[in-house]
Amino acid sequence: MDDSMLRTNVGPIRLSKPAVLASGILGISLEVFERLHDSGAGAVVTKSLSTEPWEGYPNPTVVGLGSCVGCDDAGKGDAGGRGGGDADAAATVSGTRRSTGWINAVGLSNPGARNFARMIRKSHDVPIMVSLVGSTASEFEHMVSEFEGCDVAAYELNMSCPHVAKVGLEVGDDPQLVSEITRATKRAARSTPVVVKVGLGSSNYLDTVGAAVHAGADAITAINTIRAIAISAELQTPILSNKFGGLSGAPIKPVALRCVYEITSKYDVPIMGCGGVSTWEDAVEFILAGASAVPIGSALGNDNFGLFDEINRGIASYMGRKGVSSIGEMVGLAQ
Amino acid sequence: MPSSRARDHPFEVRIDEVIDETPTVRTLVFSDDVMSSALPGQFAMVWVPGAYELPMSVMIAQGGRAAFTIRRQGPASTALYNVRRGQSVAVRGPYGNSFDLKSGRLLLVGGGTGLVPLMRLLSSTGADDRVVLLMGARTSSEVFFDAMASDMIRQNNHPDSRVVVSTDDGTRGVKGRVTDALEGMLAGPSGESLQGRRFDAVYTCGPEPMMYGVVRSAAKNGIFAQASLERVMKCGAGICGSCVAGPDVVCRDGTVFGSEHLLANEEFGRTYRDKSGIAVRW
Repeated sequence: MDDSMLRTNVGPIRLSKPAVLASGILGISLEVFERLHDSGAGAVVTKSLSTEPWEGYPNPTVVGLGSCVGCDDAGKGDAGGRGGGDADAAATVSGTRRSTGWINAVGLSNPGARNFARMIRKSHDVPIMVSLVGSTASEFEHMVSEFEGCDVAAYELNMSCPHVAKVGLEVGDDPQLVSEITRATKRAARSTPVVVKVGLGSSNYLDTVGAAVHAGADAITAINTIRAIAISAELQTPILSNKFGGLSGAPIKPVALRCVYEITSKYDVPIMGCGGVSTWEDAVEFILAGASAVPIGSALGNDNFGLFDEINRGIASYMGRKGVSSIGEMVGLAQ
Repeated sequence: MPSSRARDHPFEVRIDEVIDETPTVRTLVFSDDVMSSALPGQFAMVWVPGAYELPMSVMIAQGGRAAFTIRRQGPASTALYNVRRGQSVAVRGPYGNSFDLKSGRLLLVGGGTGLVPLMRLLSSTGADDRVVLLMGARTSSEVFFDAMASDMIRQNNHPDSRVVVSTDDGTRGVKGRVTDALEGMLAGPSGESLQGRRFDAVYTCGPEPMMYGVVRSAAKNGIFAQASLERVMKCGAGICGSCVAGPDVVCRDGTVFGSEHLLANEEFGRTYRDKSGIAVRW
């Protein structure tokens, strides 16, 4: 595979590969970031960081969907080499089926911007996009200042988490606030690109995108998880401690794809297309709809880190077959 | 038996027996084919409806049933500890990998509820295996599973096999730390506990500083060793990252890791991450 054909630009953000790690997934250890990068992730987006450390909600914080049509096989073998046995072989023995979708209300647990900045200060090899969450423009400005001296590929502003009060979607639903925060962060971040991550809240998400674009956002990530609930039929109660959480994984893919398509139709803005990507075909569909990069998250619950490489290779082979020489040529081709 | 059961969705099980092991440790027994076939080292996420969900290694129980053994500590473990016979909990999993069981001369080193995966491992050993199970506790009243382990070893393993208890205060068995008792068993040409022959493998689970000592001793003596790690668990499936230790996603890459790998992990034996992900010292 000629790796150079996989290079992609999300506006000013230059990536070696289009498959990247989505925010909220695995993002607290630099050594795990390095593993993911070595496994083919073009960049990693961190967990959303707040001004202070947050513990998140008590468990249960994550639940897999009960139905799992067509996924009777127990997934692929793990890369191994960690010194223990094989987790996936074990799952086969137990005879249970994997989930395709998840609902989580982790509650944005994170070590706080300052602690996190200290950890990545020594990192220069992995492109790290720092996700930030907060309620006011001054909080975002303050957090950006904590990353002074760090190699930050971009800031991604979480204006779309559907399960924590006063942040995330509650911010995203207020275009005026989106505009203020985006402007303030752009100013504080100076030349570092700023991406706004949007989701489906109670207002029209396209208005949120518009506010972000007009305020100078360099790109949009669409979409976040979709507000949902899981109820146990046997135990007759909501499963998550927060009751409501965010739905992710394969069930949201067609909706996320629709959003990427709509944003591309309406605005001239680079997009990271996120939601339920688990195969190279999914990734290609997002690119054709208008995405320049494709964050991957929930699919890692059914697969190992090799998924990044697998998706990148799949995209490259598709490009070869279609006679396409760069990702850029494919972006928005289905419009 | 492929099941229609989803691995990641809570499945209701009814507790049909409660065993008091010590004043602060209880075993809850239930019937569930999926959990009964969990491998040594695998864990379940156990939900006490209306309260908490926590990771528990799956214990063996009579009649092919499964169990959880809980020490009453924080709010989540106390909620599970207080579940009574006839009440339900919900389980998902099993998650994680398992111990790589060798044959021959095997040393199992456990402390507290860390004995749980070792009991399951013990149940997989064979008649030709010479097994020593070294169990540590602070004091005599905190020793549990010793009688069960002795019975299992007597029935299933080579006659040289035995259980060795050590207590910090010497009220039971050998006085001192487990790692002190271990030194004598592993060091030099001795290995006298098993007819002067070296152990072929060491397996450990318990407090991490103890495991660190065990793994280092075994590695120093060139003996294959594995340890099962405990971390904050949320998803269990390798997505949320709360259980990360250095380069390892413990729920997915582990919980069982080999000694060489562990000794190269700068967090092993030194720090764990709290619920916010901040590394704190053990």
